[in-house]
Amino acid sequence: MAVVLFDGFAFGMLLFVLSVGLSVTFGLMNFINLAHCAFGMLGGYVAVVAMRAFGVPFLLALPFAFLAAGLVSVVLERSFFRRLYRAGGLNQVLFTIGMVFVAAASFAYFFGTGQQPIVLPDYLQGYWEVNGLRFGTYRIFLVAVSLVIAGLLVYGLEHTRFGARIRAAVDNQRVAQGLGLDVDTIFAITFALGAGLAGLGGALAIGIVGLDPSFGFHYLVYVLIVVAVGGLGSIGGSFVAAALLGIFDVAGKYFVPDMGAFLIYLFMVVLLLVRPLGLFGKR
Amino acid sequence: MAAETITSGPAATWLRKRSRISAIEIVFWLAALLPFVLLPSYLSLASQIAIAALFALSVDLVLGYAGIITLGHAMFFGLGAYAAAILAKHGWGEPLTGLLVAALVAGAAGFVTSFVIVRVQHLALIMITLGLGLLTYELANSFSSITGGTDGLGVEIWPVLGIFDFDLWGYTAYGYALAMLFIGVLIARRIVNSSFGLALTGIRENNARMPAIGSAYRVHLQKIYIISAAMAGVAGALLTETTGTVSLDTLSFQRSADVVVMLILGGTGRLYGGIIGAVIFLIARDRLSDMNPQYWYFWIGLLLMAVVLVMPGGILGGLSRVFRWGAK
Repeated sequence: MAVVLFDGFAFGMLLFVLSVGLSVTFGLMNFINLAHCAFGMLGGYVAVVAMRAFGVPFLLALPFAFLAAGLVSVVLERSFFRRLYRAGGLNQVLFTIGMVFVAAASFAYFFGTGQQPIVLPDYLQGYWEVNGLRFGTYRIFLVAVSLVIAGLLVYGLEHTRFGARIRAAVDNQRVAQGLGLDVDTIFAITFALGAGLAGLGGALAIGIVGLDPSFGFHYLVYVLIVVAVGGLGSIGGSFVAAALLGIFDVAGKYFVPDMGAFLIYLFMVVLLLVRPLGLFGKR
Repeated sequence: MAAETITSGPAATWLRKRSRISAIEIVFWLAALLPFVLLPSYLSLASQIAIAALFALSVDLVLGYAGIITLGHAMFFGLGAYAAAILAKHGWGEPLTGLLVAALVAGAAGFVTSFVIVRVQHLALIMITLGLGLLTYELANSFSSITGGTDGLGVEIWPVLGIFDFDLWGYTAYGYALAMLFIGVLIARRIVNSSFGLALTGIRENNARMPAIGSAYRVHLQKIYIISAAMAGVAGALLTETTGTVSLDTLSFQRSADVVVMLILGGTGRLYGGIIGAVIFLIARDRLSDMNPQYWYFWIGLLLMAVVLVMPGGILGGLSRVFRWGAK
């Protein structure tokens, strides 16, 4: 039981890293980026290539995944996304779904449709035994990384000058501009940060759920549930929602395997009915 | 809603003008008959197109006309498909009854879920439609004793009207599907060219104004959602009856996404948008998957991105802009 709870929590933390970027950019720019998990996929493949072709150690491949996804996202944001900020939800949904198609087909073309396994370093394999219960080392690592990221994000947004600028730009774009803030640049950086986190999540995910060209679609649903349940732009909301979803999902598959993913979808629909803005939604 | 019915004044004249049948529509329907004589080997593709077009038309009613963004409409398509299959499985393979039952089942599901749909907006709306669609998929997957699970069901369908047997080449299938699409278009065009249709457009354009001028906007939205659900159910049942099988993929997210893509390619809020989109999408998929089976969705994705950036009104919207520009 405790192990199931822990595994669920670890899976939830993975979902948190994958989705928190979307929650922030979504809340920030009102941009429905369904290609978010495609950035995660990109990060995953970058990590795979870095490790396989260049022999980069796993821990060093993670920042590469973060940077690559962030960089690509800035290019796309400057060239495409910014034109769609005012284009309405449906156009954003369609454009980014089109991007997921293109990304999935491209990765399938270059890497094949199979799973991309990686070899985790020795110190991340195996188990820790506590009171006779066995906790996967990699999952402990995952939880630790996610907690650090959550802490950094909250600190960064609440207690730094840049965080204050982001919040100002979100709350009132025009006034922020009037006060001399470069809203454009702030948005671009935030977008890159969000996509970079997705890339990092994609790289981290290989060790638990694997990586193949359907990643961008498959985890999109999970990520959207986290964002919708947690509430837009709320880091705490994403954290709680991701943890709940991960535990629900793993425990559901473990205890009532016949129900499949039925329970989490039901949970989401009911919750959104009661609170359309999510658990911690502000607007 | 009798109080809202428009019978005179400029709006009524405009509606009457809009509901006239244009020459290009007649040409379109004549062209739809061509596959019978010119492309008999493509009749099964043609009936798939007609079915997808009817499904796209049903989505257009809610998305294009009423502004309800839905990513879960495969729910109704699949419910209709299973309703017809289960009826046939229990010894009643009469096709028209199958369509009727499918419409009733899907419409009932539309009625139940419509109370949820009209309460939420924006992201929550997208998520709820998505969630309901996935929920239905998982339900069908869990009750595999009824639905056949991942294996699906194979069924025996009787001849249409007791005369036209479903043949191997698809003559009956295409004729049957095309006839249903034609009826679907007639119903849809009657709806959108009525005062009810005008009210829906009003809600789409500004959902604060309609209640302010006394329109019962939630009831309107519920009505169109139920009609659309029933129509999607009929499309699903058509697929079951023309192919003799039903499987879980009638309920999948992919199907919901594909139909929205077709609609956007063609152009939303136009009766023929979804139909043109279905033609382009399915022919493109057929050709591309012949050429390189694994990567056809690369081009579909690219096409989708291009349509959003270059032609926001879809292909029909683009065409009508070109014509208007040419007329100046």
